[in-house]
Amino acid sequence: MTPSALLVALAALSVLAFWVGKSRSLAVVGGARGTRSLHSLPGYYGLLAALWCALPALAILVLWLGFQDSILIRLITANLPVDVQGLPAAQFGLFVNDVRNVIAGNIPATRVSPVTAAAAEQYLQLRGVARLALTVLVLVVGVVATLIVRSRISAELRARNKVEWLLEGFLFACSTIAVLTTVGIVLSVVFESLRFFSIVPWHQFLFGLEWSPQMAIRADQIGSSGAFGAVPLFAGTLLISAIALMVSVPLGLFSAIYLAEYADSRVRKVVKPLLEVLAGVPTVVYGFFAVITVGPALREWGAALGLSVAGESALAAGLVMGIMIIPFVSSLADDMITAVPQSLRDGAYALGATKSETVKQVVLRAALPGIVGGVLLAASRAIGETMIVVMAAGLAANLTINPFEAVTTVTVQIVTLLVGDQEFDSPKTLAAFALGMMLFIVTLILNVIALYVVRKYREQYE
Amino acid sequence: MNSTSEVAGEGVGNAVIRTAAETQLIVERSLKRRYRAEMRFRGYGLTAVGLGILFVVFLFTTIGMQGASVFRQTYVQLPVYFDPEIIDPAGTRVPNDLIVADYQALIRDSLRERFPAVEGRSNLRELYRIVSSAATINLRSAVVDDPTTIGQRQNLYLLMDDTVDALLKGKTDRAAPEEERRLSDQQIGWIDALLVEGLLELRFNREFFSNGDSRDPEQSGILGALIGSLLILLITLMLSFPIGVSAAVYLEEFAPKNPLTDIIEVNINNLAAVPSIVFGLLGLAVFIGFFGLPRSAPLVGGLVLTLLTLPTIIIASRAALKGVPPSIREAALGMGASKIQMVGHHVLPLAIPGMLTGTIIGMARALGESAPLLMIGMVAFIVDVPQGVLDPATALPVQVFLWSDLPERGFIERTSGAIIILLLFLVVMNATAVILRNRFEKRW
Repeated sequence: MTPSALLVALAALSVLAFWVGKSRSLAVVGGARGTRSLHSLPGYYGLLAALWCALPALAILVLWLGFQDSILIRLITANLPVDVQGLPAAQFGLFVNDVRNVIAGNIPATRVSPVTAAAAEQYLQLRGVARLALTVLVLVVGVVATLIVRSRISAELRARNKVEWLLEGFLFACSTIAVLTTVGIVLSVVFESLRFFSIVPWHQFLFGLEWSPQMAIRADQIGSSGAFGAVPLFAGTLLISAIALMVSVPLGLFSAIYLAEYADSRVRKVVKPLLEVLAGVPTVVYGFFAVITVGPALREWGAALGLSVAGESALAAGLVMGIMIIPFVSSLADDMITAVPQSLRDGAYALGATKSETVKQVVLRAALPGIVGGVLLAASRAIGETMIVVMAAGLAANLTINPFEAVTTVTVQIVTLLVGDQEFDSPKTLAAFALGMMLFIVTLILNVIALYVVRKYREQYE
Repeated sequence: MNSTSEVAGEGVGNAVIRTAAETQLIVERSLKRRYRAEMRFRGYGLTAVGLGILFVVFLFTTIGMQGASVFRQTYVQLPVYFDPEIIDPAGTRVPNDLIVADYQALIRDSLRERFPAVEGRSNLRELYRIVSSAATINLRSAVVDDPTTIGQRQNLYLLMDDTVDALLKGKTDRAAPEEERRLSDQQIGWIDALLVEGLLELRFNREFFSNGDSRDPEQSGILGALIGSLLILLITLMLSFPIGVSAAVYLEEFAPKNPLTDIIEVNINNLAAVPSIVFGLLGLAVFIGFFGLPRSAPLVGGLVLTLLTLPTIIIASRAALKGVPPSIREAALGMGASKIQMVGHHVLPLAIPGMLTGTIIGMARALGESAPLLMIGMVAFIVDVPQGVLDPATALPVQVFLWSDLPERGFIERTSGAIIILLLFLVVMNATAVILRNRFEKRW
């Protein structure tokens, strides 16, 4: 049976096991009348039998399929002619690839060498045997497990507790996936980065002023030595993020103040969702907007004022990114402002302060930690934002603080280094992972601080 | 308040005691200035809100204006003679032979018939170029579906080249010098002749909705990207909803207060703020590099977006669970239910609407996400519509990214068109979430 058919068969078998367990439990106590003497409801005995039928068999299935391919490849390798076995690793890899393509039917067997065709045929033959063995094993394990559970079923068996214990274990496993994701991120960026730092020293990466990741393919090639100094990328990222924050913080903050303190509830009900639309627009759309509308417009205005603005200026990307972050800042600030207790405002009014004086000198000061936390989150958002800068910022790594020039960012370089065909061990690819690690570390630090500040602030007024 | 503190400061510093009347005078004098400041401050707020709304309106009108024209495309109505000599000279009517026949020749004949005055190789080639190379597809399917059309003469709508389309939509400047246009004066002459006879027509752009990607703007469509996106979303939904809900249930209802669950909690909050491109790196290193899954496959895209949306779904689901009052739990436990029964029979059904809302919002985010998909190779140029989760595919936002990079005018229009479709999906999803929330939200 193919693995998917086997899976269906196993599902059917466990349904059967459910029925076996349930009817056995009823039989033990002498029919439906006796259910009161059972420890659990009959369904739980069925569930227990079904779970025992499915889980061990499923584990075997997964393990087997995980190892099947590498074992089969090794087996056919042993039977290959000596000259093929003696090939260097890279060429042998190509040979195995050919075999796989024949197996998958991508290449007809008539178009490859007889050795390859024979190997493919042998693989298919072995796989047939393996599948048969797997089918038998899985089904036997399922049936045997069901029978064992069936023989154990008695009125005292605490079936519900056992089933619930399993369920709780499943729930716990689900909640650890978030942790596993983080571990996966850390491991994947750290390992590749370490390999990168074994080629390029880390201080050269962190403090180097020149970025041109083209590696020489041949030793005698000119002009492509490959420089991995990431400072221009960090500077470009900071420049664009700073522009974005200069747009989004004042606009977001003032609109939050207006909506929270001045606007009446009807206006608020309409305007708030309207502003939040900006947060729901995909970032590619902003990128396209920056390329098609904002970039050319800035260049034209710049020309009118006698400034030379690059087509892919940092300003265009930063402005559009700022627009994207407005709702983010405003909704966080809004939360913080509404969390300030009314009594503080009333106190200020009682002293004769006007509304704006109250906001400026009481509300904002009380909400400051929360707002700072929000701005930090917005900054981490801006630093990690990818599509807008990929589309609207440049590729040239200029070290400049002139917003009218083109700069490049960490995320842009990650994308350019990794998009397209690449090998896993060239320094170019690895450099992307090193940049990814920097990005992850910086945003993580910002997030941790921001979340801590916001949480502390919330506790203060709760 | 500035002025009042000044007054107080002066009073203490100079040890001058003012009478109430004097103080009142000072306050009254400063009032005008303070009210002006108040108006200014209010003005700032109003300006900020106004600018925000302006951006929304501007963004949508720009995209809308550029993309609206994509839904109609230029076709020419020409009589085409299905010449048996060209299609099937042997007269066997074997379907495989019919598929590979030279349908371009039929269109060439038809154009020559319409413009008999055109002579010379290069002139003729220019003439042929105003009709899209994809126009043959219609002819072929007509013949393959019904071989009796061979030998007939039919009036057919043929797809025009994207340059003609741009001219008809007024996007080509006729006054520009010839070498700056993609159409020659001669070609414009023919087009005008067809236009005068009413043979050129803007009709519903079927190609846009039924084709995959293409190098020719007039025959490229979003179907491939749309199917790719749907496959990705399907996988994401199937994995992230059950896992997210289970995780939320565990953390909210079962988790003991210990360092491990604290770590999980902090982790989820941080994960929600990790840049999406980092998830792409994870997908590249783990799913493609380590597990050896194929590049560009919707399966990998779905897995990556599952990890990306999980924190959002978990946070929303926990909020929904928090919203169920403790009295319900206590009542269930009091009736002798076990903890799992209490959750499964009572708490979950009450929290499900909120969880679904959170999931839909997470899905909407996943639909608009493109950066992690770039990392796992979903940016390849893929013409075929994917048939399964392991076929190479691309996604709608990635298609937008790919098209936005191309220089042809027709692709600008198509990019905007794809964005409109994307936004349409997002609006529907978010509206569903809002309706769901308003409909089922319970206030206890």
